[in-house]
Amino acid sequence: MHIERLVEMLNDIAANQAADPDNAVAAIAQHLKRFWDPRMRAQISAHLAAGGEGLCDAAKEAVKRL
Amino acid sequence: MRSKQECDLGTPASASAERVTLTIDGHSVTVPAGTSVMRAAAEAGIAIPKLCATDSLDPFGSCRLCLVQVEGMRGTPASCTTPVAAGMKVTTQNDRLAGLRRNVMELYISDHPLDCLTCPANGHCELQDMAGAVGLREVRYGYAGENHCDKPKDESNPYFTFDASKCIVCSRCVRACADVQGTFALTIGGRGFDSHVSAGVEQSFLESDCVSCGACVQACPTATLSEKAIINRGQPEHSVITTCAYCGVGCSFRAEMKGSEVIRMVPAQDGQANRGHSCVKGRFAFGYATHPDRITSPMVRASIHEPWREVSWDEAIAHAASELKRIQAKYGKDSVGGITSSRCTNEETYLVQKLVRAGFGNNNVDTCARVCHSPTGYGLKQTLGESAGTQAFDSVKYADVIVVIGANPTDGHPVFASRMIQRLRQGAKLIVIDPRGIDLVRMPHVAATHHLKLKPGTNVALVNAIAHVIVTEDLIDHAFVAARCEQPAFEKWRKFIAEPQHSPEASEALTGVPAAEVRACARLYATGGNAAIYYGLGVTEHSQGSTTVMGIANLALATGNLGREGVGVNPLRGQNNVQGSCDMGSFPHEFPGYRHVSDDATRILFEAAWGVPLDAEPGLRIPNMFEAALDGSFKALYVQGEDIAQSDPDTQHVTAALEAMECVIVQDLFLNETAKFAHIFFPGSSFLEKDGTFTNAERRISRVRRVMPPLGGKADWEVTVELSNALGFPMHYTHPSQIMDEIARLTPSFTGVSYTRLDQLGSIQWPCNDEAPAGTPTMHEVEFTRGLGRFMLTPFVPSHERANDKFPLILTTGRILSQYNVGAQTRRTQNSLWHAEDRLEIHPHDAETRGIEDGDWCGIKSRSGETVLRARVSEAVQPGVVYTTFHFPESGANVITTEHSDWATNCPEYKVTAVQVIKVSHPSAWQERYARFSAEQQKLLDERETLAR
Repeated sequence: MHIERLVEMLNDIAANQAADPDNAVAAIAQHLKRFWDPRMRAQISAHLAAGGEGLCDAAKEAVKRL
Repeated sequence: MRSKQECDLGTPASASAERVTLTIDGHSVTVPAGTSVMRAAAEAGIAIPKLCATDSLDPFGSCRLCLVQVEGMRGTPASCTTPVAAGMKVTTQNDRLAGLRRNVMELYISDHPLDCLTCPANGHCELQDMAGAVGLREVRYGYAGENHCDKPKDESNPYFTFDASKCIVCSRCVRACADVQGTFALTIGGRGFDSHVSAGVEQSFLESDCVSCGACVQACPTATLSEKAIINRGQPEHSVITTCAYCGVGCSFRAEMKGSEVIRMVPAQDGQANRGHSCVKGRFAFGYATHPDRITSPMVRASIHEPWREVSWDEAIAHAASELKRIQAKYGKDSVGGITSSRCTNEETYLVQKLVRAGFGNNNVDTCARVCHSPTGYGLKQTLGESAGTQAFDSVKYADVIVVIGANPTDGHPVFASRMIQRLRQGAKLIVIDPRGIDLVRMPHVAATHHLKLKPGTNVALVNAIAHVIVTEDLIDHAFVAARCEQPAFEKWRKFIAEPQHSPEASEALTGVPAAEVRACARLYATGGNAAIYYGLGVTEHSQGSTTVMGIANLALATGNLGREGVGVNPLRGQNNVQGSCDMGSFPHEFPGYRHVSDDATRILFEAAWGVPLDAEPGLRIPNMFEAALDGSFKALYVQGEDIAQSDPDTQHVTAALEAMECVIVQDLFLNETAKFAHIFFPGSSFLEKDGTFTNAERRISRVRRVMPPLGGKADWEVTVELSNALGFPMHYTHPSQIMDEIARLTPSFTGVSYTRLDQLGSIQWPCNDEAPAGTPTMHEVEFTRGLGRFMLTPFVPSHERANDKFPLILTTGRILSQYNVGAQTRRTQNSLWHAEDRLEIHPHDAETRGIEDGDWCGIKSRSGETVLRARVSEAVQPGVVYTTFHFPESGANVITTEHSDWATNCPEYKVTAVQVIKVSHPSAWQERYARFSAEQQKLLDERETLAR
């Protein structure tokens, strides 16, 4: 899948959790586990491992928890 | 004329709990207070002659045929307008009354054609019946006097004829149009002898405001308003109760038949969703089922540029199974998936998701709710604990404030809209939140108290501003919140929403809605009595769709507008079985009953029932499938009854994905847009050709009953069963009732549902189980499904899609009354007389600055693509906003829409696309390519190798 699209989707999820900063990272990670197909999660994890270009900080932290 | 099978008690039932006993013709009769003498007599089995009375309308008292005598009362009052009273003694038959009635009938018949034997209503005409009932034997006035027998017919409506020569001016049609439908298209013109029914101001029915709902035809006691099918084919000889396959209202209809031919569809008087009403689609637009475009033989081809080859069912099924196995062997088990249909039955969607999970061995199943109401599922689950609306349609009768957000009920859910209009005419207040001036904002005898004409894409900001007023002005229902909601979540939300950036004044620049209007709206919603929110795709089809749904639930929680009649959060579902397809586990992350695939207990339950291990990981959503197809990891798709190539956004992206797959299997009635990219075609069956159930927007499960054999030889569920068997995952169902029994065994909210129970109750609103054996009209009465209601934080995160100098206008898309979704059904009916093409609505200001006049061709260009439509210059849209429908594939409305989607569910952002509009003279490049491709595909279909029969 286009990594740019996955990055945009993940950043959107993160932006919508930003109002609750104490729980944001856990909520983002939980969302990915519940709704993203494993190949999408694998791809975003690989992208983070390669530097995570474009991902916001909360998204990066959440991907680390996958 | 209503169905012969349905009795007419003359006047509506009284809802009073008080009982009154009276005597009618010497019989003691007890009825609710407020009942008419006519109805009390009818309930006691005593038929009083009548013409202007019918139990779907309030009494009118004009025909003077239902006269009775009441002891102690002067004269001979009309029984339809006389309410019962305790101790009343009524006489319905004696010589005096008989004489009066004969005199009345004599006058009617003196001005009525005596062509009963050749009249379409012969044998089913109330005038004829009453002439017999009163014993009319002669007309002393003769027939040569001045009369109306040479009045011309109005045959302008494609579905019914108005024959003025047969009209008795009983006003039933006029009252039905006003009181049931709420359109006021009909009136009585003239005076005295010149009195006549007039459509509009002496217009034809087609030219008038008539919306062709059929209420007038239903109400007419003579042949004056008759279905053309009755005129041409004669009267039906049997009927079957079934459920409409159009919108999410789920109207109950009586399919009136001659053999296996549907003559007409008549709304069932006791239909629990529609209460005897209908719209132009359900009532009349069923002809697509037997349209010549139907494909009735399975077909296969090696590539989309080769001709189709008709094959036997066995060969088609075997080939499909072989291809799916080949692809899974080559690319892995996750390389295939399926899409269930909201136009198919619960049983069929259940089977497709079962086939994918158990037969394909993955969770790559999704449904078209992905592109409409998936945010509803997410948002209501988070806040209330159940992915469904909270009320029955009847609930609107008790609403004092009705809020319509991002919905256009008169077009999208017309039968429910009529119920809403009835309540508004009784005095309920209306708040409309919509960028467009939908009809409800101002129509005959209805006007919105507030129309918040917000800028597209700012729903969350506006809902937050309303919540801000409720919090900061302390309009909260503290007792409800304390008793029914999670307190920490509430406190967090209250603090969040009270922040200054959520105030109406701060958000005015974003939404475009004056702060004072927002404050007034919030006060009305919070303090105006029972307040009910109804919302549609204008809420969900945004990049913040799920947030808005949660924001709406927050409003209802904060004001205590949940858990009783007259209130609630009510998603108006688009297609007939959107609710059902979601209930049946069509989403890639959920089993039936909205239980996550990672939930061990649920998965073990299904594994035990189905006898195979099941995947605990979520599968691909539809847009993810497209992405995966383009990157080469998703290679085959089984699509039952959906047309993703037309309905899904960014058409060129979708069709590229379809072209990238090695096997696309389409099961449909027609060669739809998706089928043009298919390698295997299974003939689908219409709702008239199969048994099953649909679940409407109020969670009402209703039976769909087969009235004619499947034209392709198999109902859709049978095809899925055979495909599954061929794949090596045996299914043994011989009737859809067995599938429902399995659903009931495995789904807690359905345990009490069975075909036997549905036949007993007429329909059932889930949850239906030991706790609620007759179903649940109102949800969350005592506690929420999740226990305590949960307030969710709803930050406003603007869409990535922004207007700028290059794309200065915002396009929104929507629907129109006469067409349905991708139009595959309604375009193949005469409904296209009302809407023959999709047009671009543009405000006069924007049109003028571009030199565009009404009817001009306009090029509409977005970041995704470009198409051309004709302009409709209209003030229904505000400056800066344009609007179109997507009912015709050649319009290419979704060529323009983008890949942006709801953050939580990937529901596409159909409602916000930045575009530029210019005057043009040629179709777009995409439209030219589309025309060539479609012509090629039609040729390949026309030249298909046919099976020797």
